[in-house]
Amino acid sequence: MAYVAIADRDHEQHQHDPQTFITKYIWSQDHKVIAIQYGLTAIAVGILGMVLSSLFRLQIGFPDTFSFITPEQYYQYVTLHGMIMVIYLLTALFLGGFGNYLIPLMCGSRDMVFPFMNMLSYWAFLLSVLILISSFFVPGGPTGAGWTLYPPQAIADGTPGSGGGIALMLLSLVVFIVAFTMGGLNYVTTVLQARCRGMTLMRMPLSIWGIFVATILGLLAFPALLVAGVMLLLDRVLGTSFFMPEMLTMGEESEHSGGSPILFQHLFWFFGHPEVYIVALPAFGMVSDVLATHARKNIFGYRMMVWAIVAIGALSFIVWAHHMYVSGMNPYFGFFFATTTLIIAVPTALKVYNWVLTLWRGDLRLTVPMMFAIGFIFTFTHGGLTGLFLGNVTVDLPLSDTYFVIGHFHMVMGVSPILVLFACIYHWYPKMTGRMFNNTLGKWHFWLTLLGTYAVYLPMHYLGFLGVPRRYYAYGTTDFIPESAQSLNAGITVAAIIVAASQIIFVFNMVWSLFRGEKASGNPWGATTLEWQTPDTPAKHGNWGDKLPEVHRWAYDYSVPGEARDFTPQTEPPHQGVVVGRDHGVHH
Amino acid sequence: MNVTALFVALGAAICLWFFLVRRLRTKPWIEKGLIDLEDGAVGLPAERVGLWVFLAVVTSLFSLFTIMYAERSTFPDWRPLPDPQVLWINTIFLVLGSVTFQRARSAANHDNLAGVKTNLTAGGVFTIVFLVGQVLAWRQMSASGYFLATNPANTFFYLITGLHGLHLLGGLWVWAKTTTRVWRGLDSFNVNQIASVRLSVQLCSVYWHFLLLIWLGLFYLLSST
Repeated sequence: MAYVAIADRDHEQHQHDPQTFITKYIWSQDHKVIAIQYGLTAIAVGILGMVLSSLFRLQIGFPDTFSFITPEQYYQYVTLHGMIMVIYLLTALFLGGFGNYLIPLMCGSRDMVFPFMNMLSYWAFLLSVLILISSFFVPGGPTGAGWTLYPPQAIADGTPGSGGGIALMLLSLVVFIVAFTMGGLNYVTTVLQARCRGMTLMRMPLSIWGIFVATILGLLAFPALLVAGVMLLLDRVLGTSFFMPEMLTMGEESEHSGGSPILFQHLFWFFGHPEVYIVALPAFGMVSDVLATHARKNIFGYRMMVWAIVAIGALSFIVWAHHMYVSGMNPYFGFFFATTTLIIAVPTALKVYNWVLTLWRGDLRLTVPMMFAIGFIFTFTHGGLTGLFLGNVTVDLPLSDTYFVIGHFHMVMGVSPILVLFACIYHWYPKMTGRMFNNTLGKWHFWLTLLGTYAVYLPMHYLGFLGVPRRYYAYGTTDFIPESAQSLNAGITVAAIIVAASQIIFVFNMVWSLFRGEKASGNPWGATTLEWQTPDTPAKHGNWGDKLPEVHRWAYDYSVPGEARDFTPQTEPPHQGVVVGRDHGVHH
Repeated sequence: MNVTALFVALGAAICLWFFLVRRLRTKPWIEKGLIDLEDGAVGLPAERVGLWVFLAVVTSLFSLFTIMYAERSTFPDWRPLPDPQVLWINTIFLVLGSVTFQRARSAANHDNLAGVKTNLTAGGVFTIVFLVGQVLAWRQMSASGYFLATNPANTFFYLITGLHGLHLLGGLWVWAKTTTRVWRGLDSFNVNQIASVRLSVQLCSVYWHFLLLIWLGLFYLLSST
């Protein structure tokens, strides 16, 4: 039978354990090491993104105070903050980090199916990060075009970083996409191919479903960014005119003519909207597992949850133009995209209901990961609801260029996925390191982060209603912006800096616990999924010792009546006297 | 363009539906005990599944370029190119490449290692001739004044052919590895090695057929405006 052959082949690979420090930790082909390399790199560059945001918040909160932040630098910080957070932190940490770590462990395989390519994926990712960082050091600095890199201004003279900065940015994106494709081929193939015996698709934990569908979205959507990036790069470097119209820059006629900036927008958002779900779907999946585990209850509506993930993934390809209402379009298109946008809210809302219903009458353990997961339900609901407003053309037009949009998307795809990431880092930390984190520090981190981000983003919705435009370096004296709005902005900045500073608690906790934390048992949360059933903690190379696990049940057998424990691992066979059958279910 | 993209998305959604609909109907909370994996992919070699996933990515990439080409070509500054005649000859070589890869594949299925050796080598050589021909086409174009940045039609021509060539080069890398193995150890192969060579040849032929299809589509596209 097929799985026997795969198991044998995996066993062969298992014999070649890496021996030296370099093959073990540097040029490693082990998915767990690659996951941690991905994770640490993403977090490191994410901290840079956070520092940049603190810097430009200083300028917005206290204009005319910090002379070292020039308008050019302000735009560069804003741009790099956006790009780093969306691509190099969230995408890389969810898929490269957690995807790499969880897929083989949760599916019961020894490693990814193409370990060498997996290693290349990480090193290409690192290269893309280095290229990105190097753009800080070229003449003119990094690009200040806004993270959407819209032409013509992205490459027109006069925009900060329109020389080497934008070229390096685009090059870095191209390298990132190559890295992602190599990783993504691994994730999809491993899920399809290397599950252990008994792990049917519908027995997979929702984490894997989320990561799997998100990877498919990424594989199909990133080419759009690649095409856009390559064409924009040619416009910049070789003076072609894909996107560049005839125009005057700095009083002189440009060398370009006839191109269409709207084409770029379509390409960019054909990638950009699925990108939201590339980040959100793994978050949806992993938060489901964290909630079920710490509520000691099966996830409510598992099958519905899987359907919702698939439906959201499919729908995410036909909503992109809702980012372009202000660019102008045929009213029927606007109508179409508004409709699809509202439709995608249905499966999403369904997931939120199911999370809440999972908590209902559960035996809740308010551990640190659980607190972050519950926090996510709040922030995601808030961010999602404002999305319903912005999905409508007539509401979007006046709000689109205001702080309302900043509030909306930071709530829905900034704070929410980050809260899930924290939940997941705390949840899987004992398995990754073999140590427990410090609980008290974790709770401080949670409350400061949750309340702090609310203090940052809720007022922004109000600023948006006032009509305060986003992206501005300073407002000067403006009639329609009251003095109080400026005070609010100052308050937001203070809150943002507190949130940023409180991440030091997190970093300290992670590093300190690595050496001083209490030793963790193999399954400290009493979880059912396979990664908690490994013979060693942290799992060794090959994950499962001599024998691959076999799966006898789904991933959510928590608090099953009649069982001695309140969780039944997936590997546990059914009791004697239970008739097993696919068609008839279980009969006692 | 929106309509085209919509159809692509719709098609993808329908495929996904058919792929998943049967499996998603099960009730995992009821079924206990070992269930043998039914899904088709588990029995296939990982390399094969990986290749098909990769082909989906490549399809997405070239479809997007095609949509961009079609859209950009409706703008008034578009100056269509004359089709270099050498492209016809190149196409013939690529077809020959695909045919010989298919022959190598069938030879491998019949354990005819000598046939694999000849056809595999010939397939690669035809492909290299194709690539040289493409470079010739580029040189002819620029010699007659159609430079890369003069007009978007020219840029698209260089970009699309270049990208297609790049994909072929990637294929040639795998081809070179396989061919070296075949030439080196032709007589001393054991059963597993033969199976592995057979798989490599199969996958190469799939990839070549696919890139031939892409090329025919692109060739039509480039000569249609």
